[in-house]
Amino acid sequence: MHRFANPSRFLRLSAAILPWSTAACVCLLVVGLYFALVASPPDYQQSETVRIMYVHVPAAWMAMGTYAFLALASATGLIWKHPLADLTAKAAAPIGASFTFIALATGALWGQPTWGTWWVWDARLTSVLILLFLYLGYMALWNAFDDETRAARAAAILALVGIVNLPIIKFSVEWWNTLHQPASVLRIGGPTIDPSMLLPLLLMAGAFLFYFVTILLLRIRLELAGRKLRTVQFNRARASLRGTT
Amino acid sequence: MTRKRRRLYMVAAGVTMLGIAAALVLNAFQDNLVFFFSPSELAAREITAGQRIRVGGLVEEGSIERQADSHTVRFTVTDTARSVRVVYSGMLPDLFREGQGVVVQGSLGPDGVFSAEEVLAKHDENYMPPEVADALQKAGHWQKGGGT
Amino acid sequence: MDALNHYLAMGGYWQFVWPAYAIAVVVLVALLVGTLRAVRANEAAVAALDRERPRRRRSARDGELQ
Repeated sequence: MHRFANPSRFLRLSAAILPWSTAACVCLLVVGLYFALVASPPDYQQSETVRIMYVHVPAAWMAMGTYAFLALASATGLIWKHPLADLTAKAAAPIGASFTFIALATGALWGQPTWGTWWVWDARLTSVLILLFLYLGYMALWNAFDDETRAARAAAILALVGIVNLPIIKFSVEWWNTLHQPASVLRIGGPTIDPSMLLPLLLMAGAFLFYFVTILLLRIRLELAGRKLRTVQFNRARASLRGTT
Repeated sequence: MTRKRRRLYMVAAGVTMLGIAAALVLNAFQDNLVFFFSPSELAAREITAGQRIRVGGLVEEGSIERQADSHTVRFTVTDTARSVRVVYSGMLPDLFREGQGVVVQGSLGPDGVFSAEEVLAKHDENYMPPEVADALQKAGHWQKGGGT
Repeated sequence: MDALNHYLAMGGYWQFVWPAYAIAVVVLVALLVGTLRAVRANEAAVAALDRERPRRRRSARDGELQ
């Protein structure tokens, strides 16, 4: 694993992946949007509002997936002191927060015409709102410390504490009565969604996944350059301090 | 290696303890985490008249009764075992229909009729085009609104 | 024209369907643009620092992590 700790090796690897992940994202997005907005049928109950699902559900999946990824990277940083792991987790946080925000906003726009309300405090909606606050808290914690090592440790601990929220989000619709309906795709017994609607959903989910990969690679580059800048500036300040005394 | 292993165990133990603690807390607050009670759960509890609660279930087929002034509607919410009669005046959500899931918020009157201030539609996890729904229904494989 | 209007109306739900897509697009594009800008700014700053410093003084430690 430490083979990828070397930033220049990471940069070479990311430069090789980046064009492919970008192309995959664009292709899936174009085909996915065509099926989501044009070539898929309306739902027998909800008619055209079902099209909101094709952004809402991929965003919600990726919001949770990104958090699992962030927590895993944080644990790697905490346990093995892997120098890239903390930066990877830090790079993933704004992406996850964006996905969570999209899931919440599109959910409100879907809830109003179908349920008759923008928002309710049921277990599913509340636990996803907590997920957004976990992302924001994680990002705030990184900025709360001057010392990067301490910031990384504090943020990683928060990320690991927050992982209990993931099963709560996933199973909230089964454990408790919620207004939100149970899972349609990732469930025992197979999807309860017609193939003509499952296709755009999966295409859009793929587009969101490759969007995540692309932005993640770019943001790790950003964090690496940022860390290098801080190191150079710190060394300079120290050198000039030594020079004056 | 030993220090790394120790950190690994500490993290694993921490997350496990946290998980157990969260499970206990969630179990203790079960009643506050449910968004609504089913008619059966409602019957099993002491609900004083006028207490604000939410009841959820299916709108019983053929139970919808619209008043002459057209704003007031009466219907029955059922979980197939027990049912509650509901009276409501106001806008109904688009997905409100017989055989579909619904959550009503309001209070139980002394006569046992639930007077709702808000009616929310709850849809199930089935998604399909109208033609497929019709075909399934014709074939008798599946009943509209069988979910929740 | 009628067909287009019919399509855009989304069965009477246009005011929910289109904003949902618009929000997703705005958020994802904003994150992409913000990320690209920040990457460029940071990497330009690193390059400027590298240029400022004479090659020989560039210690291995500077480029290394931690």
